[in-house]
Amino acid sequence: MTTTDVAMHMSDGIVNAPTSLIFGVISVLFVGLAAVRARADLDDRTAPMAGLVTTFVFAVQMINFPILPGASGHLLGGALVAILVGPWVGTLCITIVLVVQALLFADGGLTALGTNVFNMAIIGVVVGWAVARAMRGLARRSRGGLLATAFVAAFVNTVVASLGFVLEYAIGGAAGATTGTVFVLMVGFHALIGIGEGVITAATVGAVAAVRPDLVHLLRTAPRVEQPVARGEGTQA
Amino acid sequence: MSRSDTRRRYRFLIGFLLVALVIAGGVSYLASSSPDGLDSVTLHGCQVSETSAGEQLDGTCIAQNATEHATASGPLADYSVGGAEHSVGIAGILGVIVTVLVAGGLFWLLRGRSTSDAATPDDD
Repeated sequence: MTTTDVAMHMSDGIVNAPTSLIFGVISVLFVGLAAVRARADLDDRTAPMAGLVTTFVFAVQMINFPILPGASGHLLGGALVAILVGPWVGTLCITIVLVVQALLFADGGLTALGTNVFNMAIIGVVVGWAVARAMRGLARRSRGGLLATAFVAAFVNTVVASLGFVLEYAIGGAAGATTGTVFVLMVGFHALIGIGEGVITAATVGAVAAVRPDLVHLLRTAPRVEQPVARGEGTQA
Repeated sequence: MSRSDTRRRYRFLIGFLLVALVIAGGVSYLASSSPDGLDSVTLHGCQVSETSAGEQLDGTCIAQNATEHATASGPLADYSVGGAEHSVGIAGILGVIVTVLVAGGLFWLLRGRSTSDAATPDDD
């Protein structure tokens, strides 16, 4: 008896118990580290922002957009949170979303929580941040540069996060398809989803940057050279 | 921090929350119900047909190994309220409320230091 429900994340039983356990342990350790490191990025101003960014990701993940006839995609959110609140806080944001979805909405298996966190909250955020960080010069130069950075970081985070599943399936996947097939399909679908992820991420980062550039982590952590931007923003009201 | 700054900050945060509520409570009705990328991959090789016992998978695919979710009978399972049709928006709004409380509370407790309004030069 097999039933599937419309869900967005990995179900239980897709990879075997030892694999789930390994990725569960890795995820617990990394999220623990993130919780320690996140403290430095959280203050009275950024903590409420982090809470709302988390809530926003939860909401937008509900919106599946069509990518092919019969197939859809949804935001993963790695680059989005990394750019807005930084990689450590961002890892916690996505982890909270995944926990709420698994516990409350039966979306994403409980034993698969470790693998889902590994793919989306760790790989997605770390890769999204790495790309955004590498492009930070461009992001700070102009609004177009910021949007391009957000798009590219989001596209890459989506495709690389999908490789996380391929890795887990290769290590301890249940039967049903060869790893090669899984690899080709995952990357193919997620290259398309990555375009949607890029558009949503660029639009969101662009909107936040337009009203509160001081709340965009990627712009804020820059060495303080472009003072006029920060100043000008602070005096208007 | 000046009062107008505080007001501006709250206005932004409330606006952000309203956007999330509109997306989860309203736009969610427009969401595609096709399987997402991962589900498309795990369903590859199977024909999905609706039966009274739920969805039936014929053929060979990864999803046949999926087990029933431990909280599948929960009140908000599958983004519906008690399984009611067209309740995705209500489920979404409840999800937004839970998420903002959980995440907001956790981040508030985790915050390391209080800062005045002065932009904190952050070296990462």
